[in-house]
Amino acid sequence: FLGAGGGNDIQWCFSQVKGAVDDDVAEADIISTVEFNHSGELLATGDKGGRVVIFQQEQENKTQSHSRGEYNVYSTFQSHEPEFDYLKSLEIEEKINKIRWLPQKNAAQFLLSTNDKTIKLWKISERDKRPEGYNLKEEDGRYRDPTTVTTLRVPVFRPMDLMVEASPRRIFANAHTYHINSISINSDYETYLSADDLRINLWHLEITDRSFSILLPLFYIVDIKPANMEELTEVITAAEFHPNSCSTFVYSSSKGTIRLCDMRASALCDRHSKLFEEPEDPSNRSFFSEIISSISDVKFSHSGRYMMTRDYLSVKIWDLNMENRPVETYQVHEYLRSKLCSLYENDCIFDKFECCWNGSDRQVEFLSLIVMTGSYNNFFRMFDRNTKRDITLEASRENNKPRTVLKPRKVCASGKRKKDEISVDSLDFNKKILHTAWHPKENIIAVATTNNLYIFQDKMN
Amino acid sequence: MFVRGLKRKCFDGEEDIEGTLAGIKAIPSYNLQRQSLLDMSLVKLQLCHMLVEPNLCRSVLIANTVRQIQEEMTQDGTWQMINTQSTGQASLDRLVSTDILCRSARDQAEGKHAPAYGTFNKEFESDQAQDSSETMSTASSVQAPRNLQSNAWEMENPQENKGNFQKSLDQIFETLENKSPNTVEDLFSEVDNSYYDLDTMLTGMMSNTKMGHCDSLETFSSSTNTASNSNCKSDLNDLDHIVEILVES
Repeated sequence: FLGAGGGNDIQWCFSQVKGAVDDDVAEADIISTVEFNHSGELLATGDKGGRVVIFQQEQENKTQSHSRGEYNVYSTFQSHEPEFDYLKSLEIEEKINKIRWLPQKNAAQFLLSTNDKTIKLWKISERDKRPEGYNLKEEDGRYRDPTTVTTLRVPVFRPMDLMVEASPRRIFANAHTYHINSISINSDYETYLSADDLRINLWHLEITDRSFSILLPLFYIVDIKPANMEELTEVITAAEFHPNSCSTFVYSSSKGTIRLCDMRASALCDRHSKLFEEPEDPSNRSFFSEIISSISDVKFSHSGRYMMTRDYLSVKIWDLNMENRPVETYQVHEYLRSKLCSLYENDCIFDKFECCWNGSDRQVEFLSLIVMTGSYNNFFRMFDRNTKRDITLEASRENNKPRTVLKPRKVCASGKRKKDEISVDSLDFNKKILHTAWHPKENIIAVATTNNLYIFQDKMN
Repeated sequence: MFVRGLKRKCFDGEEDIEGTLAGIKAIPSYNLQRQSLLDMSLVKLQLCHMLVEPNLCRSVLIANTVRQIQEEMTQDGTWQMINTQSTGQASLDRLVSTDILCRSARDQAEGKHAPAYGTFNKEFESDQAQDSSETMSTASSVQAPRNLQSNAWEMENPQENKGNFQKSLDQIFETLENKSPNTVEDLFSEVDNSYYDLDTMLTGMMSNTKMGHCDSLETFSSSTNTASNSNCKSDLNDLDHIVEILVES
């Protein structure tokens, strides 16, 4: 039972690592997003080069019952290309900011992928048969001279090697002046939202028979652009639909606030239903207080009763019924508080870490009990809400012995460093784990370092 | 030599510092570090204008930090002129280590009332273990002694420069002219005159601001990929051409 033991009682073992081995990282290979689909069978990554790579889990091997199926490459495609905005004389990066899967309805899989400006709906389908025996076409596709056709036959499907095709079905463009930071699919599975720094748009997914279309949003549901841009002091940093209530969504800001909006109240949600904000701790105030309070990610719990936010140093859990403070706060790397100046100087203070919940256990549905988030030096952290224990693990090729339990790491903040501890000054701030994902149903996690994807699973007994 | 002289003048009873520091490195006062943070922030705002559209969130956060510093400096009356006359090199010197700013407000309050170097011993002890292995800080701390001397002069005349500072900051935020500093010197010497509308600054809509000269400032922004000026010029030519076509049709 996942909840009883929690983060520390799950014994994480290395399973696989994907990506180049050498230290020289190609810019295009930098992983920018990681997402499991709803069944967990597929795992998608997006990178700075605009590519999407989808891994598929092998069916469980009946003879090897102690390990779950491995993830192997299923499909790779170029989702976005670099563009040039002639009006502003600026490049539009092809980097994939987010991927979100649609729930599977038929044989094909659908996902949304987005860069800074354009969202695309991709259809991923398998083909393992092909029709043969056309009357008017040759096998290679050339048309036959109709006068040479003397008999008629019925084309039949013959097996072929599995081919996985990705084709763009919808393009959702020209609706964002600023950079898209979030996309979130509504629980009605018909609409979704996209958020940039100042605006949130609502779109219809338009899964119809029409093969391809370029669409405009239904309308914008949030717009915080001031009349005079000089007055701008706060931007939208993340947004998400409520998992059960299709008219409710939240968005977070660079000042550490979260607003919950209900679209039933008005189409333009310029007034929030709830405002979540923790009062500032005056004893911890510094010039960097605002920057570190900026929320980089927001995720609802499975039930929708709680939500989790990630700011630079901590993860906070909020009860939707309590606006004035979070119910729980977990420190990710408090030892960095005394280093904020240096981190501001080298821009690390602007790193946007994501966070995620555990998947829902087979036996107990919809319990969000463990929080996972990344840190520096290729460390990632897990917090168990029940036991209040936490653990620090490292994604490194040195630990790559399958079924060997990962050794917990510890950072020495000050004073004498114990054996096996790492001092703050030895941390590598170029090795950051910004993106992590948890399999929706099992204890399998995907952790992205700069250009490698690590898969860990719990040691099944 | 400067450091020693300065210390004898301002901070009695701290001779032991000189021995341990070998007279090269000194931990600057809160005011100096705050000024340094301000300068660093202004540099970061300028460096926002790269080939790719700048990150609005980052720009807003930095701009808010600048405002905060300005407000605090207004409140405690310690105006320091943004160095408009000296060369850019001297301005870089001002970017000293800003560790002290990481300390909480409570610590600040304790430190502030004592002479600036009165808290030095305490800081030095805690920093000593980490200092040698502090790899993150890229500040030009070696140049701090020269900086201290010039700033000591400025500290004696805080009120005079108040107007200039306010003017510079306002101009950065509110005015409209597009002017691209072509050199590091221009970047700082023209801060009175480099007019950037906040809107265009934050959304990177400026046509002239590709920075091709950021090599010396590279340490302060780890992720810049600066375009050469020639790229910008050809892009602008394209733009002009397109506008011509549109206007004519």
